[in-house]
Amino acid sequence: MTALRCAALVVLALAGCKQEERAMRLDPPIAEAMDAVALMPDGIGGRPPEVHVAMGNPYRGNAYQISQGKRLYEWFNCRGCHADGGGGSGPALMDGWWRYGPDLVSIYVSIRDGRPNGMPPFRDRLTPEQIWQLTGYIQMMGAYSASAAAPGRNDRMFSRPSENRAPAAAPAPGQP
Amino acid sequence: MAVMRILAALITAASVLWSVSQPARSEVTPAEQGGARPGDGNHFSPLDQLTPANASHLKLYAAFPTGSRGAHSGAPLVMGNMLVVLTPFPHVLYALDLRKAKPEVAWRYEPASRGMAAGLTCCGTGGPVSYGNHLYFNTVDGRTIALDPASGAVLWDVQAADPALGETLTGAPVIARGQVVLGNAGDDFGARGWITARSATTGAALWKHYSTGPDAEVGIGPGFAPPYPTDRAVDRGITTWPPSAWQHGGGGVSGPILWDASAGLLFHGTGHPAPWNPDQRNGDNRWTSGLFARDVTTGEARWFVPVNPHDLYALGSTSALLLVERDWRGGPAPLLIHPDGNGHVYVLDRRTGKVLSAEPFIPVNATKGFDLAAGALVRDPAKAIRSGATTRGICPARPGATGAGAAYSPRTGLLYIPVRRACMDMEARDTTFMPGTAFTGGNLRLSPAPGLSAGALVGWDIAAGHAVWEQAEPLPVEGGALATAGGLVFYGTTDGFFKALDAGNGVELWHFRGSSGIVGQPISYLGPDGRQYVAVLAGLGGVPGSASGREIDMRDATAANGQAQALRALPPRADGGGMLYIFALP
Ligand code: HEC
Repeated sequence: MTALRCAALVVLALAGCKQEERAMRLDPPIAEAMDAVALMPDGIGGRPPEVHVAMGNPYRGNAYQISQGKRLYEWFNCRGCHADGGGGSGPALMDGWWRYGPDLVSIYVSIRDGRPNGMPPFRDRLTPEQIWQLTGYIQMMGAYSASAAAPGRNDRMFSRPSENRAPAAAPAPGQP
Repeated sequence: MAVMRILAALITAASVLWSVSQPARSEVTPAEQGGARPGDGNHFSPLDQLTPANASHLKLYAAFPTGSRGAHSGAPLVMGNMLVVLTPFPHVLYALDLRKAKPEVAWRYEPASRGMAAGLTCCGTGGPVSYGNHLYFNTVDGRTIALDPASGAVLWDVQAADPALGETLTGAPVIARGQVVLGNAGDDFGARGWITARSATTGAALWKHYSTGPDAEVGIGPGFAPPYPTDRAVDRGITTWPPSAWQHGGGGVSGPILWDASAGLLFHGTGHPAPWNPDQRNGDNRWTSGLFARDVTTGEARWFVPVNPHDLYALGSTSALLLVERDWRGGPAPLLIHPDGNGHVYVLDRRTGKVLSAEPFIPVNATKGFDLAAGALVRDPAKAIRSGATTRGICPARPGATGAGAAYSPRTGLLYIPVRRACMDMEARDTTFMPGTAFTGGNLRLSPAPGLSAGALVGWDIAAGHAVWEQAEPLPVEGGALATAGGLVFYGTTDGFFKALDAGNGVELWHFRGSSGIVGQPISYLGPDGRQYVAVLAGLGGVPGSASGREIDMRDATAANGQAQALRALPPRADGGGMLYIFALP
């Protein structure tokens, strides 16, 4: 009986591994192509890199990539300025209100190049892939609908409803 | 030049300094000021037209919108017939002509700004200060600027702090013996703290001393006589840190700098060590989170008192400082009074730095009383912070039990302390220093102290070492207090009230409800018409304590340095944008 249960668990665990594609490391040419975003003249929106589309938008809604993004978010001191998405010296990222637009390209460029009113550039600190992982995490954080791919638990201080149940629905900044 | 001749107004902002070494340049004498010395941090106005008997008749005399939606934390400045206001970053400086029926803009000056600094600051700006016929102010993006107050023309403009290193200027400069003295902010970004002096006439750098590092850079030499002997060892600014950690160890001089002309000394606090996570900076972390006395001409240190050594909760010691002349237990003593973020009122003999008393003004559980012999608070091990773990219910919470300018009235002998009463859960996480990003390594979650209102104005008997009354406030009091010779205490609240209390018994006599929360410092002045006015800047800028105050999502308890949870009661109506309010009797 116990043995059976164990076997069942092993099978389940193995199946779990198959659930999702996890590219551990990108080929260098792909990594470079990942950085080729076409930016609108206003520096806000734009078109994601071709390879991104060809790869089927790997950073949107992929649980592994998003959880990587969440780690980077802490490791690269985003928290110090944006808290757990609620904002600090930098604006909230989870409230669904964007200074520069909610699309992936805009968020990617915000992180890569920085923004003039206090967002430092991370171009020299993060690879394009890491920036995309962060982008996916941040877009999900400020998304209007809950995502099943979003992290459901925290390994640290409980600060807010977990990402998978906190769609952005905050009032406009400065409004009740 | 008219300004030189007509310095009729009495100025009571703490940031204003009157220097005895330059009497010819300023025609305001101590006698005309009713004995008050504007550089003493007392926030005491010698004016007495407004009294408990007539305060209830106070009316709004003028309101001037500043056009800024940020946190208006400074004090307005009255200089001759002009009232000068510095708005939050990106700054505009307005000079209003007080001779008109209602104040009118005489000129405005808008310095070019480096937007990058916006992400590096927590909470606003100091005010402008005057000296002789010049006007001086700091910008958040690191510049110190001298202007001609008659025209607004720039006399000199220097880059004193470097935002690329995480440095900003969030306090007002101080003028002492022909020098502009100022210090940096940036503890949360791992900027190394310093204080510097520049020539008031040319802006040329004269001296600069750091809060960490080798003795020579800290200004520690033969003249240094610390009251506690351990600090006589060599290079404590290096040996009390893990290797090289002092290089980005914080200790900014972002709070008040006081100037005692008769002793030739400057007094200032130092900010908290960086990062917040104390396990990443084992040791006493000298010379952060303490108080310095420095020689005014060389900047050399005379003494240092460690207020929060190895500051577990990143409180720093840059809250209010006051030079007070009064009897202490049997004889007259020159005192330095310092209500600290750790919840205790420090009374020091400012000649030696010796702590005479340190009594708590709010319920504290992080420490268990003051050991007078050791000169330090006794820590409660149950409230220790360990990397990777969360410690709950620490009182008081970061950023500290008080921050804004306290006031002292020699008439009542009371100290008036603006108080925050919050506790916090703090989780320490390992973090890496990356220039230009936050160097904190901590997640905070604040809540109001159990059973108490989240804020108060406390009337404190210095000699007895306890509160004699308090005016409870639903939210932390982030603005400064002003005491007047007429027997009143003025202060503003985070939820948008401006109040006058009876300075003796704390009874509320009058209030005004503005369109914005108040985090600024009130002043009182005599107008060109000979009447007493009270002025204050309102403008909350959203959640206090964060530059993105109005773009905070309150569902994240750690937002705005953990204040989001404690401030969920913040009424949205208290955020109508910046406003200068001036009050007078009709
Ligand atoms: C020094 C503080 C600071 C750090 C560190 C920081 N940010 Fe920012 N961030 C800001 C500020 C301030 C802004 C607003 C900039 C502006 O309006 O020009 C901002 C803007 C942004 C935006 C655009 C938001 C919008 O509304 O359009 C994104 C996305 C962002 N940051 C993500 C990040 C990520 C990811 C990290 C970590 C890799 C990070 N930030 C680190 C301060 C910071």
